[in-house]
Amino acid sequence: MYKIGVRIMPRAEVLDTQGRAVGMTLKSKGFQVMDCKVGKFVILQIEGESPAHARAQATKISEDLLCNTLIETFQIEELP
Amino acid sequence: MSDKIGVLRFPGTNCDWDIYKAVEWSGAKPTFLWHQDTFNVEDYDGFVIPGGFSYGDYLRSGALAAHAPAMDSLRTAAEKGYPIFGVCNGFQILCEAGLLPGALMRNAGLRFIDQMIEIETQNSHKRFGLKLKKNQKSRMPIAHADGRYFVTDDELKKIQDNDQVYCTYVANPNGSAGNIAGVMNAKKNVVAMMPHPERAIYEWMGSSDGQLYFRN
Repeated sequence: MYKIGVRIMPRAEVLDTQGRAVGMTLKSKGFQVMDCKVGKFVILQIEGESPAHARAQATKISEDLLCNTLIETFQIEELP
Repeated sequence: MSDKIGVLRFPGTNCDWDIYKAVEWSGAKPTFLWHQDTFNVEDYDGFVIPGGFSYGDYLRSGALAAHAPAMDSLRTAAEKGYPIFGVCNGFQILCEAGLLPGALMRNAGLRFIDQMIEIETQNSHKRFGLKLKKNQKSRMPIAHADGRYFVTDDELKKIQDNDQVYCTYVANPNGSAGNIAGVMNAKKNVVAMMPHPERAIYEWMGSSDGQLYFRN
């Protein structure tokens, strides 16, 4: 069993309304924040023969459902 | 004339009866189709995906609904050229399913917008809006938080050049690319829009301009 994290972020060229709203609130509270982006983090428990196999599965899952690659990007990392 | 129209239902669909009544008003025969079941596409003449908040808009609006068993059948129907019409969440689901180009994102102004708006027809559709004329204006409500249509600049040009733009906003309420309120696929059988024509059937609703979107 492998624990895989999928980090999903809005693409740079896409307006990140959530990040903008959070950033504006932080600025209004006086925090020195130049930019703010908000994404998602998904943790998957995957049965696999090897870490590489589990990562490949997670990539497939991300492309199929977790991430809309038109507007988002994703990164996969193995978690302890 | 008495077309059989399948109306898809997901957990969280809430415009199902409005669509049902509008389809019935048009003289066609509506039948509800449950998201967990596949269906025989030959039993119908067309399909509608109503608005709502399928699966609570989890992950992204329409993302989970796009992978429901009923959508496998709908994909077959799309490939066979059946007319398919999505409204609001139905638009989001069809984009997530890859049956329409683009994606619908949070409104640029961040707010849920619920108001009467005006749209302009760009291209008519063979079943849902055959009698709509180019530049014809219609009044009907919008009610969405995720209605900002996004496509890459290249794709936008492609759908404009290929006459796939169904309707545009007269005054863009949500930051949609190209003022787009509704689009079609390249084959022009799948069509969807964010505004709600089913909520503008009778004058007492504030407008009856939605009639032309259902009447064959």
